[in-house]
Amino acid sequence: MTVGFVMLCHTALDRAAQVARHWATHGCPVVIHVDKRVKRKGYDGLVKALGDLGNVRFSGRHACEWGTWGIVAATQEASTIMLRSFPQVRHVYLSSGSCLPLRPVAELVRYLDERPRTDFIESMTTEDVGWTIGGLNLERFTMRFPYSWRKQRRLFDGCVRLQRRIGLKRRIPAGIVPHLGSQWWCLTRSTLSAILDNPDRAEIERYFRHVWAPDESYFQTLVRQVSDQVESRSLTLSKFDFQGKPHIFYDDHLQILRRSDCFVARKIWPHANRLYDSFLSDNSSGQAAAEPNPGKIDRLFARAVERRTKGRAGLYMQSRHPNENWENGRTAAPYSVFEGFSDLFENFEIWLGKATGTRVHGHLFAPDRVHFAGGDSIYNGALCDSAAMRDYNPKSVLTSLIWNTRGERQCFQFGPADNQDLKWFMAGDANAHISVISGAWAIPLFHSNRNFGDIRHEAAQLQKIEAEFLTILRASWVKARVRTWTLAEFVENPMEPLQTIVDEISPRSLRRLTEAPLLADLTGFGQFLQNLRNQGMQPVLMGDFPANGVLPMAANRRGRPYLVK
Amino acid sequence: MLRLARKRWLFRAFRKRRELRNVADRTSAISHDAILVFSTLRNERFRLPFFLRYYREMGVNHFLIVDNDSDDGSREYLAEQPDVSLWTTRHSYKRARFGVDWLNWLQMKYGHNHWCLVVDPDEFFVYPFCDIRPLRALTDWLDASSIKSFSAMLLDMYPKGPFDAQPYHEGQDPFEIAQWFDSGNYTIQRNRKYGNLWIQGGPRARMFFPDLPERAPALNKVPLVRWNRSYAYASSTHMLLPRGLNQVYDEWGGEKASGVLLHAKFLDTFAHKAEEEMERRQHYANSHEYRAYRLAMAKQPDL
Repeated sequence: MTVGFVMLCHTALDRAAQVARHWATHGCPVVIHVDKRVKRKGYDGLVKALGDLGNVRFSGRHACEWGTWGIVAATQEASTIMLRSFPQVRHVYLSSGSCLPLRPVAELVRYLDERPRTDFIESMTTEDVGWTIGGLNLERFTMRFPYSWRKQRRLFDGCVRLQRRIGLKRRIPAGIVPHLGSQWWCLTRSTLSAILDNPDRAEIERYFRHVWAPDESYFQTLVRQVSDQVESRSLTLSKFDFQGKPHIFYDDHLQILRRSDCFVARKIWPHANRLYDSFLSDNSSGQAAAEPNPGKIDRLFARAVERRTKGRAGLYMQSRHPNENWENGRTAAPYSVFEGFSDLFENFEIWLGKATGTRVHGHLFAPDRVHFAGGDSIYNGALCDSAAMRDYNPKSVLTSLIWNTRGERQCFQFGPADNQDLKWFMAGDANAHISVISGAWAIPLFHSNRNFGDIRHEAAQLQKIEAEFLTILRASWVKARVRTWTLAEFVENPMEPLQTIVDEISPRSLRRLTEAPLLADLTGFGQFLQNLRNQGMQPVLMGDFPANGVLPMAANRRGRPYLVK
Repeated sequence: MLRLARKRWLFRAFRKRRELRNVADRTSAISHDAILVFSTLRNERFRLPFFLRYYREMGVNHFLIVDNDSDDGSREYLAEQPDVSLWTTRHSYKRARFGVDWLNWLQMKYGHNHWCLVVDPDEFFVYPFCDIRPLRALTDWLDASSIKSFSAMLLDMYPKGPFDAQPYHEGQDPFEIAQWFDSGNYTIQRNRKYGNLWIQGGPRARMFFPDLPERAPALNKVPLVRWNRSYAYASSTHMLLPRGLNQVYDEWGGEKASGVLLHAKFLDTFAHKAEEEMERRQHYANSHEYRAYRLAMAKQPDL
């Protein structure tokens, strides 16, 4: 007993001839169907090329447009010829002109001999199919499709919409339970002949002629009526991309195809010489009885589909420019934004870098230049410290920085004196961890030796900007992790929030903080705020500082290491 | 409106055909599935051997080249090549919209239904799996996926140290010298009118335009197109019409396949070229780009 191959060809006929010859010379009869749209010359060439082989037949030609009945008609006719001409055939294997056998024919024959009554055909009910393109599942069976999907897409879609709207439905004939599955099957003689010789075939055909993509449903549905041993999987390895188009295999897939232990794969690139040469030579033989195991290939191509449809979060490039809110994550990795910390603490960047083992930037959005960690003028990915370039497109700078330093957490200082263009972007970014000590911008002003009129003016401006930022951070749509303290709150008990922040940045270092950063001198700060008030400004963001003195705890703690028991 | 613009570019290309004089016409050798390279050049004799070899090995079948009045032997060299069809012109590069009109015409005439790659002699196309698959694997895949245009942004390559530290020899791979590039300092904006992305950045923006970033050269390109005679490049290979061809990026979070044009501009020949181009004043926006180069080069040519 042997297996016969039905081949549906429409392009790369020389490759089809090569594969047909391989099967035929190894004792497997082949029936070839060539698409009617192939030119006479090509067809004659193929017939001539295979003329010396006694077990190759050609069937009548049908036009096989994608998703139409022609493919089924071609399969029926070729299968009939196969069953009639080659009585020794027990299994019929449906393949295409771009299929390639991956294992020796003898192994396939042996495999099928061990399962003489099994039909290998992917056949699933419409509810269980997740892969159909265009959202047509059950509707494939209850609508009419008079227009070509490829050439008359608008009419096709309009027609579907119209039928949905007016609720026009075809009746599914009694006894038919719609099933879908891969077009490429391997059926036994008894099953196939039962389908082809069905007394109701004409009626069933009339129905399926107007079903969408009958090549994926005709045999898949009918096999359930006549076979009692359906193995619902295809022996042909075939992967689809996100558009439902088959993935193509190239020379570099050689090893992975070999390891798949599948019997046949499609589609093969016609110019993949190395694949054709190595798989069609006789000396390739896998492990004797290995089951087909396409798992590895499945994973590889699933990853490709995922990258095509979801992409890598935080990557903006020539072929990925997501519309707002379609980014799947605005940035590549979590990062921390600190507002007010470097005003309240002396050398906060250095301290934080030590405490967390990361590189901490200064004010990336400062008006004079981009303050990268360590004062670098060029940072990862050749980001440049020019303020003009940064302000030209701040979003690109931030997203590039996070992307370029993947694997290393970024922390930077922010403040009301900086470029504020990104406040909405960061607030809506789930990767942003924003910590704000509100009102801390007043400390440098307090220490500065400027005219009080200027200070008052600037304080009013900074307060307005920071208040706006805080309003945004309180909005309901904010995705960033936000923590805010007033200056007074923070000064009262600085260690607890600092510990939380450090734990969040480096969760694995379970150390307690032993050293607090040095607090700026706040002696007389309350009076400074009172002076601002006396000048008619209302400093509100700092919280409650007593006007007449200093916060005793803060003052005492200054300059001393903070030891935690 | 864009349709009118496209018709205008096409008509302009049609008029500009008179400026081209044929030197070597081997276009009858172009088969129906040939992959074509289109290029405009001036005085690039040293670069040509490697340029031709690179694309021949990739699987390009025919080169259609416009020589803009070279006097260094480029024309004679190209005329001898068996797979090159050559035209020459003395007319203004600038008034042919930097060569676009000439190439639009040649593409209209010879590129119809072919995969056409439009590159300068210092641009080297790289695409996914280009180390193991020929260009035809890519174009077949694009055909199978119903994709008509393929993007490849310009990536400026530069040597470490001064440009003139290592001289470039004829036939040499320029990327043996210019091995470095900027990996992540690009800015992207969308051009709503034409639907293309506008990418800037890299070493040229960083070194020559740090204070005027909006003037930095555009790096987005769509050089590989399954051409149709009704298509037209609107501005170099940065923008195409009809504008659907500029939709080479995904807007819903996914990633499309794309390539890169490695730009071997910064070799020891660069300083000389910048001087020459400044004198000709034939480049974009009053050659402000070359002016900026010359200023910066005078100081310290180390990227």
